[in-house]
Amino acid sequence: MSATKYKIDFMKYRNIAGGISLALVLASLVSLVWNQVEWGLDFTGGTLVEVAYESPVDPSDVRAELDSAGFSGHVVQYFGSERDILVRIPPQKNLTDRENATLGDEVLKALKQATGDGVLLRRSEFVGPAVGEELTNQGGLGMLMALAAVMLYIAMRFQLKFAVGAVIALFHDVIIILGIFSLTRWDFDLTVLAALLAVIGYSLNDTIVVADRIRENFRKIRRGSSLDVINISLNQTLGRTVVTSLTTLLVLLALYFLGGELIRGFAEGLIIGVVVGTYSSIYIAANVLVMLNISKEDLAIPVKEGAEDPDMMG
Amino acid sequence: MLNTYPLWKNLLVVFAIVLGLVYALPNIYQPDYAVQISVETSGETVTDRAMKVATDALDAADLKYYGAELKGQNILIRLPDDDTQLKAKTVIQRSLHDLKQRYVVALNAAPTTPEWLNDLRAAPMKYGLDLRGGVHFLMEVDTNSVVTDRISSLGTDVKRKLREAKIRYKDVDGSSRGVLKISFEDDEARSEARSLLESQYREFIFSAGEEGLPFISLKITEDTIRSIEDFAVSQNLQTIRNRVNELGVSEPLVQRLGRNRIVVDLPGVQDTAEAKRILGKVATLEFRFDAQPDAPRSTTIDYDYEGRTASLERNVIIKGDRVVDAKASFDPETGLPQVNITLDSEGGNMMHRATRHNIGRRLGVVFIETKTRDSYSMVDGVEVRKTTPYVERRVISLATVQAALGVQFRITGLQAGEARELSLLLRAGALAADMFIAEERTVGASLGKENIELGAISVAVGLSLVLLFMLVYYRVFGIAANVALLANLVLLVAIMSSLGATLTLPGIAGIVLTVGMAVDANVLIFSRIREELANGMSPQAAINAGFERAFVTIFDANITTLIVALILYAIGTGPVKGFAITLSIGIVTSMFTAIMCTRAIINVIYGGRNVKSLAI
Repeated sequence: MSATKYKIDFMKYRNIAGGISLALVLASLVSLVWNQVEWGLDFTGGTLVEVAYESPVDPSDVRAELDSAGFSGHVVQYFGSERDILVRIPPQKNLTDRENATLGDEVLKALKQATGDGVLLRRSEFVGPAVGEELTNQGGLGMLMALAAVMLYIAMRFQLKFAVGAVIALFHDVIIILGIFSLTRWDFDLTVLAALLAVIGYSLNDTIVVADRIRENFRKIRRGSSLDVINISLNQTLGRTVVTSLTTLLVLLALYFLGGELIRGFAEGLIIGVVVGTYSSIYIAANVLVMLNISKEDLAIPVKEGAEDPDMMG
Repeated sequence: MLNTYPLWKNLLVVFAIVLGLVYALPNIYQPDYAVQISVETSGETVTDRAMKVATDALDAADLKYYGAELKGQNILIRLPDDDTQLKAKTVIQRSLHDLKQRYVVALNAAPTTPEWLNDLRAAPMKYGLDLRGGVHFLMEVDTNSVVTDRISSLGTDVKRKLREAKIRYKDVDGSSRGVLKISFEDDEARSEARSLLESQYREFIFSAGEEGLPFISLKITEDTIRSIEDFAVSQNLQTIRNRVNELGVSEPLVQRLGRNRIVVDLPGVQDTAEAKRILGKVATLEFRFDAQPDAPRSTTIDYDYEGRTASLERNVIIKGDRVVDAKASFDPETGLPQVNITLDSEGGNMMHRATRHNIGRRLGVVFIETKTRDSYSMVDGVEVRKTTPYVERRVISLATVQAALGVQFRITGLQAGEARELSLLLRAGALAADMFIAEERTVGASLGKENIELGAISVAVGLSLVLLFMLVYYRVFGIAANVALLANLVLLVAIMSSLGATLTLPGIAGIVLTVGMAVDANVLIFSRIREELANGMSPQAAINAGFERAFVTIFDANITTLIVALILYAIGTGPVKGFAITLSIGIVTSMFTAIMCTRAIINVIYGGRNVKSLAI
């Protein structure tokens, strides 16, 4: 087997890729600090009412109706079509929790009175301030727990350097997705949080496949530098990486275009995640390994027994 | 290398898929539109007569129906479409209104699962509220104010005890949470008070201090707070369960969540304002004596008691707000069921004063709640339904007083079921803690229907695209992967159905994502096979090497994804939990199908013979 031959010299561009990633992460962080994220109702608390009209309506008319009914701070926008209207009202400070909880009913009543019975309730949501706050904490905690658990598993099954690489890749993915949501002002609700965790799962899947091959090649290929071994591994897994990203993107695009408004944020988050995750498993995880000076010694097999491909612990 | 599976492995694969098909099957039978009739008060059953009245009314209104059946506690009448379903509900409600028994008439979906599948306990997946429409409430019980109430009633008790013992105190202050502070003029009064109170309030932590004046403080323990909270929440839980019946919901879910929250899911309910009004009502209790035979009529009231009439005194001994706890238990000596009631100390005193000279008389408990009643009248030739609230009072217990009662007493001579029911009613009627809505999500019926359609289309299109891609890219091996992918979907649906998992919109998204990611294992194996072929391995050896070497990778990659999915399940609520469940099950089933099923198929196609080239 000719050991050091490969088609694409991925690692040649590792500094450029690293620079781009660093720039993207920094830009995302700046946007997050500056612009923050458009947190959805699930996190901020408040009231949301989606109604369907029989014929297209102008949001400004609906706004005026709500103004005259004495509501304040409401945001009115189309949702999916010109007949669907989404009304959002932040928690009203001058009202008690109990009064806030009935805002949705009152909005619906006001709209029905203004237009007659041609208004159909599609959905109405109210999230109290305490619930929103808990969710934010839980979401953040969940994310950190996921990262910690994953790091531990990889450190046990592979080696600490791989775990560091994988976790840095995951941070990279999550920060860039958050950055894009922040920059575009897309609504970040509970389904997007679910998408974010699914991205962690997906990107990790990719990273492990690459890491697994790198480990295998370090043990198999006797000649060649670490960079060569990594390059060979990336080339070998490239076909699989592309095909899996493609099939996943296919279903996500189906979901994005056909799944309806409620699931769009989820699909958006995952589509970005799959693209970024695929890139990061090639350039971030592997790059970190190079930076940490991964070598054959890190993956030496302690005692060779009969097995073809023994697992490595520690 | 021959690449053949032993017979048992092939059988295992076939068996798993057949089993999957059977348990996934109920999902393809569309449920019928139906109206469900049940009795409002628990314990009683619907009668054939009610069924006759209902079906006669449908006949008279010329509404088509098929199959009216009495199933357990309910009557289920199946109808051809949703329009008829709505009309039928009104007609049936109207017809049952004239009967003495009160009925709940609700819209429902009747499963059409064939008998042989029912016998195998196969059932279709349940739809979440976002797919079938309905209201979800998260109610928060205001346990803080219950604790504050407890402290302030402790304050009253303490003052009285100190007065009775002639100990002078300066001030009793219960304004800080969970703590009662009593200040005194001098140390002597304080130490007297402390020794008096310490023996009587063992559930509090005592400490002493000096802030200008000497004081002692009674601090409520965390355990006591917990048990106060538990009691308040279980009270409200019971109250809500009673209320939900009134709303006419076919499959309500009322469940405690965490320390002080209650989840209420009301499928099919659209009028959230009405739902909130009914859930917000409270019930109360009154303890009164049985009327003496010679008592003048003006001093007694007649109540219904299990179908008979009970005459009680007008005088109320104590009300429900004095009840601290009511538990069903068994007499440790006789083993017979009983209900243990605990009153607060003021209530205990009142009960003691009332009962000590009335041993041998019977003591009744009246349960009072506000309900609504429909009445029908003709206005301009159209029948109009009017809903009026009324107060219902009934006696839930009438027991003979055997001794002077105090803070704690018990009601005996009950059946086990009766004891449970009575304790629940007593708790529901004791002053319930305040409750407010922490979260509400209402999904309109039209949106629910739309979500199902959109979800189904997404799954169908996503699946077709992946199937097509795999076929084109991997040819014969693609066919094997596609069969495995379909088997994966079948197994996923089968497991979700038999676990009784609820399908939500994010759950559907999880299925779609699973479809996209499940082929990954096959892609890994097939790329490896291609690689080994390129390295000059023989076809049979390449197949074997591909499966063998890819396994560890697939295993590691999937385990980590599974870890993430489980964490998502742990932190998620409602719909997101649904996503996490589908994702987790999908990961496990995909490992089985992508590795075992695909291998079995490939073995059948290529195994056991001399192969020159592979269509991969």
